[in-house]
Amino acid sequence: MTNELIDFILVSVALLGIGIYGLAVKRNFIRMLFAIEIIINAANINLVAFGRFLPHSGGQTLALFSIAIAAAEVAVGLSLIIVAYRMYQNVDIADFRSLKG
Amino acid sequence: MADATFLALTVITIGSAIAALEMRSLIYGSIALMGTLGGIAGFFLLLDAPFVALFQLAVYVGSIAVLILFTVMLVKRELIFKKIEDKRRKFAGIGLMLVVMISLGAVFLDSGIKTMITDEPPVDFRDIGADFVTYYWPALILMGLILAGTVTGALVLARREDVENDQRAN
Repeated sequence: MTNELIDFILVSVALLGIGIYGLAVKRNFIRMLFAIEIIINAANINLVAFGRFLPHSGGQTLALFSIAIAAAEVAVGLSLIIVAYRMYQNVDIADFRSLKG
Repeated sequence: MADATFLALTVITIGSAIAALEMRSLIYGSIALMGTLGGIAGFFLLLDAPFVALFQLAVYVGSIAVLILFTVMLVKRELIFKKIEDKRRKFAGIGLMLVVMISLGAVFLDSGIKTMITDEPPVDFRDIGADFVTYYWPALILMGLILAGTVTGALVLARREDVENDQRAN
């Protein structure tokens, strides 16, 4: 295997940075969900990469758990988007003021 | 040193991640997100984890991306093409992204994992199956229950008919 662990980690750091940028800048609910997905996938790359280089099967097992839980999270997130869109006819999170604590 | 496949996958993954967030149309954005998720499946293949790569393709590219596309289709046409962001926030966000990338990258480059390579054989996927049914079986059952619960919750939330009428009354 010619690739080093640090290569995969740097890709994952780049994806994490892009995801944080998306969460900070975008006000569209759906785009923020994209950013969350990118961050989760950056974490998954780390899990599998460390599992490969140690080597230990735990990395891949945890990545599979993480993918399954992320699927559930997206389902709930999208249904929240649909409910909020029905209430406000918009996907701008600045309009969801009644959700403020 | 990274090989050509790795570099190509990096360009595809990071390029389509930026495109997913920056493209004007949400539909093209979600297709670009599919590219990112597919690129990450490619990374899993490079890491000798074909089982996780196929799982990623089936769950993320196959179902989540399609679910997102369907949700985008439910949104009004002008909202799909409207970019909602303000300029000042954008510069702050780019600064935050660079700070995160540079600081975390410097920490990792400075650490002992910089030259970590392996000659060990990859983990057999049969080991993963054995792990699931021996060591992780309570977590597996819990995960099944959580999935069932969340999907039921999502359906109940999305089916609520009274939300629209309440809002109209206000």
